[in-house]
Amino acid sequence: MIDKKAFEIVVIGAGHAGCEAGLAAARLGMKTAVFCTNLESVAMMPCNPSIGGTGKGHLVREVDALGGEMGINIDKTFIQSKMLNTSKGPAVHSLRAQADKHRYHDEMLKTLKNQENLDLIEAEIIDVLTDDEGAVCGVVTAEGTEIGCKALIICTGTFLAGRIFIGEEVKESGPDGLSPATTLAERLRAKGFPMRRFKTGTPARMTAESLNYEAMKEQTGDERIVPFSFLNEDKEYEMDQISCWLSYTNEDTHRIIMDNIEKSAMYSGNIVGVGPRYCPSIEDKVSRFRDRKRHQLFVEPEGLDTNLMYIQGMSSSLPRDVQKDFYSTIPGLENAEIVKPAYAIEYDCIDPLSLKPSLENKEVPGLFCAGQFNGSSGYEEAASQGLIAGINAVCKLKGKSPLVLRRDQAYIGVLIDDLVTKGTNEPYRIMTSRAEYRLLLRQDNADRRLTEIGREYGLVTDERYERYCKKKDKVDAEVKRLRNKRVDISTFRAFLERCGELQAETASNQTFAEMLARPGVSYDALAEIDDERPELGLNEKIEVEVILKYDGYIKKQINEVEKLQNLENKRLNEGLDYNSISGLRLEARQKLSEIRPRTVGQASRISGVSPADINVLLVYLEKMRREEKE
Amino acid sequence: MADTIAAISTAPGEAGIGIVRVSGPGSMDIMKKIMEKRPPEIEPRHMYLAGVVKDSDNPLSETIDQALFAYMQAPASYTGEDMLEIQAHGSAVSLKKILEAVLDTGIGNIRMAEPGEFTKLAFLNGKMDLSQAEAVIDIIQAKSDLSLEIAEAQHEGRLSATVKEIRETLLDILAEMAVGIDYPDEDYEFDDEGANSELVNKLRWVLSDVEDLLDTADIGRIAREGVKLVIVGKPNAGKSSLMNAILGEGRVIVTDVPGTTRDTVEESASLGGVPIVLVDTAGIRETGDKVEKIGVERTTQAIASADMVLLVLDGSRELDEEDNMVLGYIEHMSQERMLVLINKEDLGSSISEETVREKLPNVRIIKTSLIGRGAADAARKISEEIGEIFELGSIKASEMNIITNERHVQMLKNAVMNLDEAISMLQNGEPLEVAELSAHYAYDSLGKIIGEEVGDEILNTVFSRFCLGK
Repeated sequence: MIDKKAFEIVVIGAGHAGCEAGLAAARLGMKTAVFCTNLESVAMMPCNPSIGGTGKGHLVREVDALGGEMGINIDKTFIQSKMLNTSKGPAVHSLRAQADKHRYHDEMLKTLKNQENLDLIEAEIIDVLTDDEGAVCGVVTAEGTEIGCKALIICTGTFLAGRIFIGEEVKESGPDGLSPATTLAERLRAKGFPMRRFKTGTPARMTAESLNYEAMKEQTGDERIVPFSFLNEDKEYEMDQISCWLSYTNEDTHRIIMDNIEKSAMYSGNIVGVGPRYCPSIEDKVSRFRDRKRHQLFVEPEGLDTNLMYIQGMSSSLPRDVQKDFYSTIPGLENAEIVKPAYAIEYDCIDPLSLKPSLENKEVPGLFCAGQFNGSSGYEEAASQGLIAGINAVCKLKGKSPLVLRRDQAYIGVLIDDLVTKGTNEPYRIMTSRAEYRLLLRQDNADRRLTEIGREYGLVTDERYERYCKKKDKVDAEVKRLRNKRVDISTFRAFLERCGELQAETASNQTFAEMLARPGVSYDALAEIDDERPELGLNEKIEVEVILKYDGYIKKQINEVEKLQNLENKRLNEGLDYNSISGLRLEARQKLSEIRPRTVGQASRISGVSPADINVLLVYLEKMRREEKE
Repeated sequence: MADTIAAISTAPGEAGIGIVRVSGPGSMDIMKKIMEKRPPEIEPRHMYLAGVVKDSDNPLSETIDQALFAYMQAPASYTGEDMLEIQAHGSAVSLKKILEAVLDTGIGNIRMAEPGEFTKLAFLNGKMDLSQAEAVIDIIQAKSDLSLEIAEAQHEGRLSATVKEIRETLLDILAEMAVGIDYPDEDYEFDDEGANSELVNKLRWVLSDVEDLLDTADIGRIAREGVKLVIVGKPNAGKSSLMNAILGEGRVIVTDVPGTTRDTVEESASLGGVPIVLVDTAGIRETGDKVEKIGVERTTQAIASADMVLLVLDGSRELDEEDNMVLGYIEHMSQERMLVLINKEDLGSSISEETVREKLPNVRIIKTSLIGRGAADAARKISEEIGEIFELGSIKASEMNIITNERHVQMLKNAVMNLDEAISMLQNGEPLEVAELSAHYAYDSLGKIIGEEVGDEILNTVFSRFCLGK
């Protein structure tokens, strides 16, 4: 018995993807239910207790600019903040915060509970119901209750057919000992979804008191704390940050690991799932890179009210006793008390090539997918997809066209486009090197790139929007002023000399913008020869400086983007029969028929589709257009 | 803004006229840049006769050729975009130089047209009717296949092998840069100055490899310089009159190649659609004279470097010792790459084809007289023979080959420019991720030569070479 009016949107899973999806749907006015097998799993961090990092920090900023929750939640609950990559340019500055994982969970739980239109329900979903037309119409709980919905978002993370490995020990389990979603996995496979098996792992947790900090190097947070959320931009953070600790493995560690390597679940052949190369277990690192005398590891507190420490860099699927032996060879961990051993976890996920760029399944209308279920890895990657899936599920019900971010607009666009266009053979992690328009996709301009879009889709509040407009106007005005204001050559030369830059080879008067483009000249430094400077906040200053400093490179990238824009705007019909286009090469026909890209731009990124194939496609489209007209 | 594209758009050879075509927003500015003594106002759809130069603002810029310029304003053009057509003499060498001048302007995102691109634009912009769609599609795929085929086949695949090697090295550098950017926490140091200068050194190696490739004779030497056709024979056999006749027939005298010695004279022409560098040698004869000895040495050197030899015999006299000496110099060469011209038929034929074939059994022989109309006749016959020889595949020198070569040259130039940029950025303390982009562009350019797509290879290299991750 289905109560069709029960919910408009159902979300399975309340991890980082599920929370964003549920909040987005509810905030956009949909009657929404978020199901989880255990309330403890809400916004749980089963692996590292941190948010952000290279590329990932960018994602959080983007989620925030679009009106998502992750940035706000980590700003409430971080215990250390650090801007990475500051020795490089602003495009790859990346924010990372250590989270108090329990408070992170608590705060998100509170947000969900207080959210209008949203019901958070502790129940296992074991099946998906479809109507006569094959569209999603409901779900079934473990108790057999059928719950109706118009759109469904699957965000099952590592719970779906989760299986944990510690040496020879194997057990069906979700992360952190929570129960897995086994029946749902069976039903999804039975329905013929292209499922696959991925694997990831996590290191041991140790008690804080059992470690010797004298033997490790302290890693402190930044003096100036930069928050993730645009809403907190002007907030001053006064707090005592906790420290992390750096230590290294040594040859003893490596010997113990190599002596016992065949006991590792990875080597025993028990694990069939594919693990990520960028997150290798310690036995992988040691056996693959034998010339490395040491590997680094970070000891990270899991929160303020817990004594558990996370050992970053040391995931493993070796047996408990071997773990104890090799961990204790590490300076600082000699007498470590292991509370939870390291383990590997295998789970089911879907081949993302079966999804549209909107994250809706190609075969089952109304079924949206997000997070690890789509073959990605990482909290931030999950949150990004959850937000987009949530927004697009609503768009679907409202008959609006979905939000598909382009690769030149957001890392989120890169992430999703990679997944649905190229697919992935391992858990997918974002990296700045995956983004070809890196100079445009900076974390400092996420608000500028995405606030308007978030506003259009309805998740950007009035408050955020007003603040954004104010900041944008101020920055734009200042950029314009600096582009027009000139400084005479003698002042300029004298200034450069004070900056320690002596090559003042230019003969003509320069604008402030031109001066700022020189290496070694900063916006702040220019203040001494600039008498008309407006009052700007720190972030406004940064934005002005970046815009002008990298003007040339940014323009070059914008030029690249514009050249391809034409292809991005050319839509491809979902039902297009590529086999009927005679000029396409065989491989291109096969790939295009399988992936069914949404635009010619997306088609051009499919491996096996050549530039000539794209030209053929363009001519074919034009032919069809004219034939229709006739 | 859309790209501006350019290509040689006439079939090779037979025609006396060749056209370089430009389409896109940069057309007008490019015209101004390369048109010598241009009028103050350029009217669309008017023909202007003027010299082609690299840079019309530089009075020292050398004139490449005289040509007719016509500018057509969008949408009234073949492609429907702004267009420039430069009609010049049909020599492939000259057309190539004009195309190069166009591309070197760097105006309006100028680049080589892709295979079939003008036709594609014409169709997309509604300039061709629906019935032609299939034909357009065929052209695109056929031309594209041919282009890659040639890159692969060219010079026994050495070009693509070398490009692949260079790319491997560059890939390693890109992987290091990627690690430096994406893994600031890791135990690899790419931040300090030492690492930076090491990157600069490595990029310099790559740069010099690409420059070598651009400089060496291997890449499209024939396309750039033409087939080296060396004319040999004893003194007074008629070599110089032959040369003049060929140049008359070929219609195109481009420039005297600098560095010409007084003993050998080089001229450029196009015969049978094949760009030719003619080398007129000093006569070969046994001599004690020191000066003449040098001349003989140079001649033998010219023969050694020849793509093709044209032996001129005086048909009015029987083969003598001097002729035999000349034959001795060339008999080791492939007869496919040889032509024998028996001259002075009008003065009686003392040398029969059989006599020649005793020495060179498979050689092509032309009998003629170089006096009066005979000279033009001879040149035409030679032109046909050459056309045939090079069509037969001894050397691929079709128009497609030349264009493909030009594309390769452009891609290599592009790589050089970007590598240069990456190096100077690193030296000037610009951020790593900005320099990386330029290095990446260079990598992409090289990939285009061998038709390689940009895939996951950088990340694959990152994870196979570096131990990374939590």
